[in-house]
Amino acid sequence: MSMRVIECNQLSLELGGSRVLDGVTFSVEEGDFLGIVGPNGGGKTTLLRVMLGIQKHDCGKVSVFGKPPGHSPEKIGYVPQRLFFDRSFPMSVRELVLMGRLPKKSLFERYNAVDRACADEAIHLTGLERLMERRIGDLSGGELQRVLVARALAGKPELLLLDEPTSSIDPEMKTTIYDLMIRLRGSLTMVLVSHDTETIRHYVTKMVNLNVTLNLLHGFENH
Amino acid sequence: MLQEILAFDFMRNALLAALLSSIACGIIGSYVVVKKIGFISGGIAHTAFGGIGLSYYLGINPLFGIIPFSLAAAMAIGLLGKKANVAEDTAIGTLWAIGMAVGVIFIGITPGYAPDLFSYLFGNILTVPTFDLWMILLLDFLIVVLVWLFNKEFLAISFDEEYAEVSGLPTTALYLLMLALIALTVVIMVRVVGIVMVIALLTIPAALARTFSRSLPRMMLVSVLLSALFSIAGLWLSFLLDIASGATIILVAGSTFFLVHAWRLLFVVLKKR
Repeated sequence: MSMRVIECNQLSLELGGSRVLDGVTFSVEEGDFLGIVGPNGGGKTTLLRVMLGIQKHDCGKVSVFGKPPGHSPEKIGYVPQRLFFDRSFPMSVRELVLMGRLPKKSLFERYNAVDRACADEAIHLTGLERLMERRIGDLSGGELQRVLVARALAGKPELLLLDEPTSSIDPEMKTTIYDLMIRLRGSLTMVLVSHDTETIRHYVTKMVNLNVTLNLLHGFENH
Repeated sequence: MLQEILAFDFMRNALLAALLSSIACGIIGSYVVVKKIGFISGGIAHTAFGGIGLSYYLGINPLFGIIPFSLAAAMAIGLLGKKANVAEDTAIGTLWAIGMAVGVIFIGITPGYAPDLFSYLFGNILTVPTFDLWMILLLDFLIVVLVWLFNKEFLAISFDEEYAEVSGLPTTALYLLMLALIALTVVIMVRVVGIVMVIALLTIPAALARTFSRSLPRMMLVSVLLSALFSIAGLWLSFLLDIASGATIILVAGSTFFLVHAWRLLFVVLKKR
């Protein structure tokens, strides 16, 4: 029997006085590829942030790897949507990817050969070898998006959470990112947030639809 | 010429103070610039004025008043912003003014005249006593060791705090530690450029260094060198022209900053033609 990775039961949450999530229920088993879809502003990113433990919820029960959210960082890889950081930050692609090793390291501990090997492997997997020494400010949006995927993979996660990894990039790059997800499918559990229901329908094994109307619609099971 | 200058004890101390303070200034200034917390650093520095007033009142070395005040300001600004949901600029503005007010009151109730008050506001590197040099050396050592220990964590919270949190780092504690290091750097810099002008020397060398650097450690190194260069050039000029040293250092740094940017702008314009 496969292990339950995420359990979300009757989750509700209000932000700034409006109800963003209302009675959301779903579960993710080991090896699943879950798509979370819904309109813009429908609470998809908020739901992801709850699972990451950086957003508190009002009621309902959420557990990740059998623990409250935020208690298993070493098992989770996160690919954020918006590139909040400063593009002029003096850092190379390799250094950024190496940051994905943080969850596996304790305070004071320095990055070692194993960390570098994992970062290089992630760089290879995402086809970024050519850009490895580039300054992050010199990358295109699509390249940067792949670097963020590489960073998440460098931590050898069991669960990969992706927030709109294909928004604001050109169509070719989108295909590259989806190809990568197909290659990863099965080897780890993935949760993908997207507003593009039609496209991700072909890739995911399970879908949750956060509609503007209450409750979730358990879309389909795609096995 | 150099031998002539170094023949004076106070000049030797001044040069040492310039070089030693550049170490902290370049390293911590780099974090201030990449994390864009220059205004926070200004707030911490000005709050420290309260400490100067208190030490006048108690008749102790002002460094011992500045250290607790700047550390307390760092913690208060950090905690108000992170935990009490107070807008960061409100917290900074409030503490900035309170610190100055406390300083003014203490100086007012201290009998007699406050002799070198001006030098704490605007710096006077020519009057650094040997004891303060040892303090600066000690604080430099502390800063270098802590940055060495926490370099990957500080890099993570400077670059992307949310990701650092998701990775399980104690981001609030790390941020407070970083602010504490800024506070200690302020303590060091007060002797050189004074609390009013600390922000400039904390940010200008690092901002210039960023344009030539591919990594944060590299930026820190370049920034330390630039900071030393500005301090020594400013010190030398102030000696030649017999003008205020702190202000001269700031003007040397500031004019270099504008010249470099004017040059870059010119380069861009010429390239387009």
